[in-house]
Amino acid sequence: MENYPSYFTSRLSEALGWARKYSIFQYPFITACCGMEYMATACSHYDVDRFGAGLPRFSPRQADVLFVVGTISHKMAPVLKRIYDQMADPKWVVAFGVCTCTGGFYDNYATVMGIDTILPVDVYIPGCPPRPEMVLDGLMKLQDKIQDQHTTGVRAERQARPDMFDTGAGK
Amino acid sequence: MSAAVSLIDHVAEQFPEAVIASHSYRGDDTLVLRHEHLHEVAQFLKNDPAFQMNFLMDLAAVDYSVFGQGPTQAFFASSGVALRPSPQIPDDDPWPGPPEGARFVVVYHFFSTIHKHRLRLVVPVDESALEIDTVSDLWPGANWLEREVWDMFGIGFHGHPDLRRILMYDEFEGHPLRKDYPVKKRQPLIGPVN
Repeated sequence: MENYPSYFTSRLSEALGWARKYSIFQYPFITACCGMEYMATACSHYDVDRFGAGLPRFSPRQADVLFVVGTISHKMAPVLKRIYDQMADPKWVVAFGVCTCTGGFYDNYATVMGIDTILPVDVYIPGCPPRPEMVLDGLMKLQDKIQDQHTTGVRAERQARPDMFDTGAGK
Repeated sequence: MSAAVSLIDHVAEQFPEAVIASHSYRGDDTLVLRHEHLHEVAQFLKNDPAFQMNFLMDLAAVDYSVFGQGPTQAFFASSGVALRPSPQIPDDDPWPGPPEGARFVVVYHFFSTIHKHRLRLVVPVDESALEIDTVSDLWPGANWLEREVWDMFGIGFHGHPDLRRILMYDEFEGHPLRKDYPVKKRQPLIGPVN
């Protein structure tokens, strides 16, 4: 009988993970052309609802996953950060499209060179824009991550970003 | 095209001291104006029955500080695809350089929805006094366009009701489309400089 609590607790967390990964409420933070591909993914042909992520919430308080879709400018960065801060834990972030992953082909005064410079990102979906298949693949990777997190009880360490930006900026 | 040529002549007759130069290339009529006369010419263009330029299609600026200062490289020279696109393009830069040697010019594109004709005004701006008259009192749409020119180039518009940055944030220093703005300079509001 002593073993019951530990056994039961681990099953509960796995069940929680299972429930969470199939009830992803997204907050779509859409700023650019990637939004078209996001909409294609969400609509009936690709049907993101098959994965339980079919209900976008337009309030960060109700959302689990922040989908950052499209180029983030320095002017927009504080807004994005605030949206992220307003989301309740547990929360995840998906960088949708190469602009959010690295800045993409933008290397100028206006663009944030990857949103992982301002907030932690769980899944990167590169592409300009990514096809819906890639988005679904990214979503499934996120589901695996959510499940893992609940099974093991630890959130994966955020990997340090390689120092590749010695551009002499600001000089 | 005779009507198109007369647009230039018409303005030149009305404001002989305002017009620096003019040209008409494939139906694009262009007038180079002294900025002191910009507002009265603009008012004339809008209200004169022969013009009725009721649509300001675009208002932009050009920084000539590196453009037209010497012969430019032939197109695609760096890619190795085609060193010269056509022998008709002369070796020397065909562009005569900025009007009056000015660093900045402000360009206005007018269209008349009544007469279906277009006219372009090119207004050189003195770099020592970067300000010209606003036309936002004549075309309300000029309000944001002039704010954009102010934001990107730092050219002021005298009489503008609300001359603030429109694209960049207030904390941004400098004017990013100026050719002397460092290409690698970053001014993030949050996060690292990269």
